[in-house]
Amino acid sequence: MKKEFEEDLEANLTGEEEVQHEDAARRSWFKRKKKGILTSTADKKETPEGLWNKCPNCNLISTTSDLKENLFVCPKCSYHHRIGSDEYYEIVFDNNEYTELFGNILSKDFLNFTDLKNYQKRLDDIHAKTDLKDSMRVAVGKVNGEGIVIACMDFEFIGGSLGSVMGEKFSRAVDHCIEHRLPFLVISKSGGARMMESAFSLMQLAKTSGKLSQLSDAQLPYISLLTDPTFGGISASFGMLGDLNIAEPGALIGFAGPRVIKETIKKDLPEGFQRSEFLLEHGFLDFIIDRKLLKDKLSQLIILFKN
Amino acid sequence: MPQYPNRQFLDFEQPIKTLYEEIDKLKQTAEKSKIDMSETIGKMEGAIIEKRKEITSHLTPWQRVQLSRHPDRPYTLKYIEKTFSGFLELHGDRNVKDDKAMVGGFAQLDGETVMVIGQQKGSNTKMRQMRNFGMANPEGYRKALRLMRLAEKFNKPIITLIDTPGAFPGLEAEERGQGEAIARNIYEMIRLKVPVICVIIGEGASGGALGIGVGDRVCMLENSWYTVISPENCSTILWRSWEKKETAAEQLRLTAIDMKGFGLVDEIIPEPIGGAHWDYNDAAVYLKKYLINVLPELKSIDPNTRINQRIEKFGKMGFWQES
Ligand SMILES: [Zn+2]
Repeated sequence: MKKEFEEDLEANLTGEEEVQHEDAARRSWFKRKKKGILTSTADKKETPEGLWNKCPNCNLISTTSDLKENLFVCPKCSYHHRIGSDEYYEIVFDNNEYTELFGNILSKDFLNFTDLKNYQKRLDDIHAKTDLKDSMRVAVGKVNGEGIVIACMDFEFIGGSLGSVMGEKFSRAVDHCIEHRLPFLVISKSGGARMMESAFSLMQLAKTSGKLSQLSDAQLPYISLLTDPTFGGISASFGMLGDLNIAEPGALIGFAGPRVIKETIKKDLPEGFQRSEFLLEHGFLDFIIDRKLLKDKLSQLIILFKN
Repeated sequence: MPQYPNRQFLDFEQPIKTLYEEIDKLKQTAEKSKIDMSETIGKMEGAIIEKRKEITSHLTPWQRVQLSRHPDRPYTLKYIEKTFSGFLELHGDRNVKDDKAMVGGFAQLDGETVMVIGQQKGSNTKMRQMRNFGMANPEGYRKALRLMRLAEKFNKPIITLIDTPGAFPGLEAEERGQGEAIARNIYEMIRLKVPVICVIIGEGASGGALGIGVGDRVCMLENSWYTVISPENCSTILWRSWEKKETAAEQLRLTAIDMKGFGLVDEIIPEPIGGAHWDYNDAAVYLKKYLINVLPELKSIDPNTRINQRIEKFGKMGFWQES
């Protein structure tokens, strides 16, 4: 069993860059920087070749380029490092070729929500620093020759939080699947609902469920891939509603966050609690999939549903 | 419903308590001196009503939250007793156990059979524990879904009464799939073939509320709240402190007026002057009036159209810009 390491999941939902984090340094290695329009996809990441990276699970030191080679899976202990939509698309889509859809949909601060920072300011700041538009991207492409629509979350964008934009992109992705008779994969990685959108974010749970019901009527497969971490509103909606629910190994997945549960029961949580293996054991996952096998498994599933 | 002196008063309700105490004094004086003070007392009682009106006319969002949690506030079973007749409670999810934080069963609404489901809070320490403070476990949501399916099979409308500080964040709840249970309910509710009316009667916190909150009509009682997270938890996460719950309540725009304004709920059901805790009967009358008014309209719609309208209604929710 993997060594447990504490993480303040909720801190990510505040959208603060300065969040203290045990492996904050590790994450920043993959942080997206805003680049000129002409920069190729491959150069989008700041991947300083000479930099060393410590595995938070087994402490193995490796270079970022070595890790990338290994699909950001630790060569020693198989720890699955957190990656974003760029990496998943590159791993899964043939020749890294895909068309991004609905990238023109952006969040706005309809409520003028201000916590320690104004929401619009927060959005503007993130947009200035990265080329991410929101916490979910949608793309269509081929996996071993099989067409598929993949919606993928970016944890870097306010903790992958579920807001109106994610709900709308999800909805249009479903419409695209129905129109073109394509299967739908959602890769989840999120702390939960985007609090700065208040009840609007909550209603995305119902909105996306309604769309899934249309996808179901069209008899198109919906696969939900849960990655580390997936919490709150995602697990209480489309995250758990896949025709197949699958997960990466060791991913932390649940409804309530570990801090809240610990405070409620006033006890330490058992080892492995809320990990993928725990969910599989309790009957909520169809299987766990190693990132290196993901692509082939996906095309196998698509063919299985089709024939 | 408790009567003075057994009533409990929130801090901003203290002026009402003071008026009651003054009446008490007058009554004692009248008794001792044998002077008829009924006119003065009558005026004071009128002043209490005025004070109730005055206090609720300018509540802050946080005070509205406090009112929704008023210890004397009627809970689901009270509304069922006063709004419906012949309630037949049905138990269990047929799988794990009977969750006491979620109640439900058949009842008559104005002579028509309906299914009523809601979270239940307790009114004293022992009952609060038994009801788990209105925080359901997965089996509570699964019991609710079982009852909804039963209603659907026999073509009975469904009415849900929502009053929860959230789904229970416990160890067993996670083991038994709290997320999956809520997700399944949301998904199935949007496809139910019978009319569904959801009413937030107190606290409407997050997925725990939405887990029985997807309907053709969603409405809120005047002094209820509904949003994505409780103000306390929002304060803890976004402000990194317990201290900012009042600010969080303001920023979240969680009152019935806000929610109606956003188009996220359809209607606000009025409460008796000063809040539902002042008169359970009147509170139920207002609820019943709304229900028997809207139900025929919903029943007149063909089931498939109704489902499509439900999907569309939630499909429109959200705000974004397109570049
Ligand atoms: Zn390792």
